Amino acid sequence: MLIQRAADILPSEITPEGMYHNRRDFMKMVFFAPAVAAAQTFNTTEKITPYEYATTYNNYYEFGTDRADPSKNSGKFQTKPWTVTVEGMVKKPARYDLDDLLKGLTAEDRTYRMRCVERWSMVIPWRGIPLAALIRKLEPLPSAKYVEFKAILARDQMPGQRSRLFGGGLDWPYVEGLRLDEATNPLTLIAVEMYGKPLPNQNGAPLRLVTPWKYGFKGIKAIVAIRLVENQPVSSWMKSWPEAYGFYANVNPSVEHPRWSQSREQRIGEPGNPFLGQATRATQLFNGYAEQVAHMYAGMDLRKNY
Amino acid sequence: MREWIYARTIDWRFYLFLTCTLPFALLVRATADGNLGPNPLETIRDTTGIWTLRFLLVTLAITPVRRIARWHEIIRARRMLGLFAFFYAVLHFVSYVWLDQFFALDAMIDDFTKRPFIMAGYASFVALIPLAVTSTKKWIGRLGGKRWQLLHRLIYFSAAAGVVHYFWRVKLDVQPPVIYGVLLGALLLARLRRSLPAQKTAAEA
Repeated sequence: MLIQRAADILPSEITPEGMYHNRRDFMKMVFFAPAVAAAQTFNTTEKITPYEYATTYNNYYEFGTDRADPSKNSGKFQTKPWTVTVEGMVKKPARYDLDDLLKGLTAEDRTYRMRCVERWSMVIPWRGIPLAALIRKLEPLPSAKYVEFKAILARDQMPGQRSRLFGGGLDWPYVEGLRLDEATNPLTLIAVEMYGKPLPNQNGAPLRLVTPWKYGFKGIKAIVAIRLVENQPVSSWMKSWPEAYGFYANVNPSVEHPRWSQSREQRIGEPGNPFLGQATRATQLFNGYAEQVAHMYAGMDLRKNY
Repeated sequence: MREWIYARTIDWRFYLFLTCTLPFALLVRATADGNLGPNPLETIRDTTGIWTLRFLLVTLAITPVRRIARWHEIIRARRMLGLFAFFYAVLHFVSYVWLDQFFALDAMIDDFTKRPFIMAGYASFVALIPLAVTSTKKWIGRLGGKRWQLLHRLIYFSAAAGVVHYFWRVKLDVQPPVIYGVLLGALLLARLRRSLPAQKTAAEA
C-alpha cells in the first residue's frame, strides 16, 4: 500500500541535478578558483544520488530502525535553538549557540562517497566546516588525543529512544569518536547543508559529522557535545556489538562484518541491471580515499583495528 | 449460464491461487516500471524472503484453524499454500545467487561457511525441496500416509530455520523477526495442545 504524503518541496522548485552542478561549478570557477583548487581533489565526479533517495533511505535509529522511518518520524524534530557543549581538554570549555560555534569559520562544498556498513553507498554533496578549523578554534590542550561526540537525547521527540524495539536498543544518546589526527584530517567535515539546502532532520540536522573513508555510522547526527579527551571513546555501536563494530570503522573490503562480506556494495539510485550482475560494485579500501587517509594507519593491523 | 459456470467449475482455490501470486505480480510490475525503490536488489531479496516466511506460517496455520473453527474444507488449501512457500523460497534463493552474488561461487561458499544466518537460510530452503517434490497424491501413495506425514513434519524445521535466518540477519532491529518467532511458536503450541480438547470431548461423551 502506498501512503501518499505531501511533498516538502514542489517538484517544480527542485533544481535539476545537472543544472545544480553547472551553477555550482560556474560559481566556483568565477569566485573561488584559487580556494577550490585544493578542495577539488576531494570532490568525486561520480553521479550524485537523487535527493529523494538520500532523504528517504537513512539509518537513524533514534527515529526507527527501518530505513524509511527517519524521514517519516523526524518531521517535527526541533533544531532551533541549538546548543553545543564543548568540554574536556580545551582552553575554554563552554556552551555555544550553534551560530556562535560556527562563527568565523568558512563553509566548504564537498561531494563525497558515503559507504554504509550495510553494503550500500551514496554520493552526497555536503556543505560544512572542516572539523580541523573548528577544533583549532576550540584550542585543544596538548593532552587531548581523541574527540568524542555526543548526539541529542530527546526521548519526547525521538521514538527510537523511547522504545527498545523501535530503536534497536542502542545506549542513548548516540556517541562517536575520532582520533585527533582523524578529526583534523582535511576530509573530515561538520556538515550543515546538503544538496544546497539545510540538512534535513533525517540526515542529521542541524549539524553532523562526515568522515567519507569510514562507514556511515561514524557520521554522528544532531551533535550536542564535543569533548576533547585523552582516552579512546567507546562509541554506541562498539558498546552494543563489539565483534562487529570497532572504533575505527574504516571502509575495508577485506575486513568482514560478521553477517556479510564488505567486498561489494549497492550504489543507491544507480543499480545498473541487477540481472546482469550490476546490482553491486566493488568496495574500495578507505572508500577510495586512501590517498588522503592511509598514512594515518601506517603500520596498524587493520584486521584487528576494525 | 454464467452463474452455473461459477457454481460448477470455479473452485474457491482458484481465487486463492490468484491471491497468492499477488506479491509476485506486484514485484514483477515494480521491476518492469523501475519502481523498486532506492535499493532494488534489497527490495527483491527481502520481499521474496518475507513472503516465504509468511506462506510457511499460513500453511502451518491450516491445521489449527481447521480444528478450532471446525472448518474442514480449508484443508484443501494446504498443499497450494505450502507450494507457494516453496515458490517464494526459490525466488528468494535465486535473488541471492543471481542478483546479490551473481553466481560468484567463492563468495557464496565463503558466506555459507562463515555466516550462520546463511546456513540457516540454506537449511530452511533445502528442507522444503523434498516436501515440494512429494506434494502429489501419487507420492502420498508411494510413501504411505504415515511416512508421508512424518516426512512433511520437516516444515516445522524449515519454518523454525527460516525465523532463525531472519533473526540472525538483522542488526539490532529484532522486532519483526521476533514477531514471526512468536507467531510460529503459537502455531506449534497449538499442535502440542491438540490432544487436550480431544480428551475433553471424550470425557464429556
